[in-house]
Amino acid sequence: MHELSIIASIVDIAEEQVKKASAQQVDSIELEIGELAGVEWAVLEFAWEVGVQRSVLENTDRYIQRIPGKARCVECGSSFLMKQIFDPCPKCGSYFNEILKGKELRVKALTVS
Amino acid sequence: MCGICGCGQPDGTIKITKVSAEHTHGHDHDHGHGHEHHHHHAHGNGRHHAPHQHHGGSFQPGKTVLQIEQDILGKNNLLAEHNRGFFEAKNILALNLVSSPGSGKTALLERTLTDLKNEFPCYVIEGDQQTSNDASRIAATGAEVVQINTGKGCHLEADMINDALKQLKPADDSLLFIENVGNLVCPAMFDLGEGARVVIISVTEGEDKPVKYPDMFHSSQLCIINKIDLLPYVSFDVEKAKEYARRVSHITEFIELSATTGQGMEQWYEWLRKKVGR
Ligand SMILES: Nc1nc2c(ncn2[C@@H]2O[C@H](COP(=O)(O)OP(=O)(O)O)[C@@H](O)[C@H]2O)c(=O)[nH]1
Ligand SMILES: [Mg+2]
Ligand SMILES: [Zn+2]
Ligand SMILES: [Zn+2]
Ligand SMILES: [Zn+2]
Repeated sequence: MHELSIIASIVDIAEEQVKKASAQQVDSIELEIGELAGVEWAVLEFAWEVGVQRSVLENTDRYIQRIPGKARCVECGSSFLMKQIFDPCPKCGSYFNEILKGKELRVKALTVS
Repeated sequence: MCGICGCGQPDGTIKITKVSAEHTHGHDHDHGHGHEHHHHHAHGNGRHHAPHQHHGGSFQPGKTVLQIEQDILGKNNLLAEHNRGFFEAKNILALNLVSSPGSGKTALLERTLTDLKNEFPCYVIEGDQQTSNDASRIAATGAEVVQINTGKGCHLEADMINDALKQLKPADDSLLFIENVGNLVCPAMFDLGEGARVVIISVTEGEDKPVKYPDMFHSSQLCIINKIDLLPYVSFDVEKAKEYARRVSHITEFIELSATTGQGMEQWYEWLRKKVGR
């Protein structure tokens, strides 16, 4: 259930930003989460409500930008979309792939007022 | 209550307790010493509001937009680097031991601490959701141990290690073993500042563990295959397990051992000596 700790970290980041900006509330928050970042979407969804209670994010609109996994095969050099972490290269079957995208776990932006 | 695994933990309180050998006579309740620290944000009665998730929606004018691009795990990573600096300065080899529940982390530590106690000063940080049973088993070997009860948290984080170190006060040139919470998923995401990560599987598990939990194997430097005394009774294929692990990780070193019979332990000690540079 690390989704709850991830949300707790997001809350920490938001609270820090609100304080720094001398704002009252967070109207919206934009997250970037890669498909290979190890986040279970259903769990994140469920845990969000619990995790943001009584925090600055309690009534905040949340936007999640999901970033598809992308990898490059170390053996044959071809790039491909990676659905699951460490899927083999569809061209040559190698498991030695360099992950280029999809591990993101970022707070991209906040709107405060 | 945690609604995901139903573990019934009432809140997110983390407890860090020094466990000493006098307290090893088998009760598993807390002694109330040690300090508490509120880690996760508490949750009251679930007020449901509709999930609002308009993908890529635009931000309204008249409000301040802060483009922060901040890594969510950034704070943990920063604290992990603090810990790493501390270990480096004191020449402490810190190992993060990860596995599924029951693979034998505590058993491995019990034997290791007993065998190596005259060779290295050894310290242990025990991560466990609820009990201090493992810490008591460790304390019985004479090693210094601090227990971190993570409550509903299913992994250790760098700030918990930081707090535990303040109580443990490990000596220079020592070994520090960190037994993570039994779970192969999220401990992979949380750097503790360790010098190396050791993943343990036992022959009573499936050989395909590495491909099921690739992140954990990918972030480990050593793979221990435990309970080899049971190989005659199970269908576990050691070579296949290694093949799977090599697929998803850079692990080239595997140590097959039995924490119960002691078979193969010498290889593990050799690995430790090499890491320490002796
Ligand atoms: N047969 C056998 N049992 C073991 C071995 N290592 C651990 N066990 C048993 O496996 C169970 C779980 O071990 P434990 O150390 O508590 O696992 P942990 O949850 O990873 O800390 C205990 O009953 C141990 O006695 C081993 O090498 N061989
Ligand atoms: Mg244990
Ligand atoms: Zn290829
Ligand atoms: Zn739980
Ligand atoms: Zn976790």
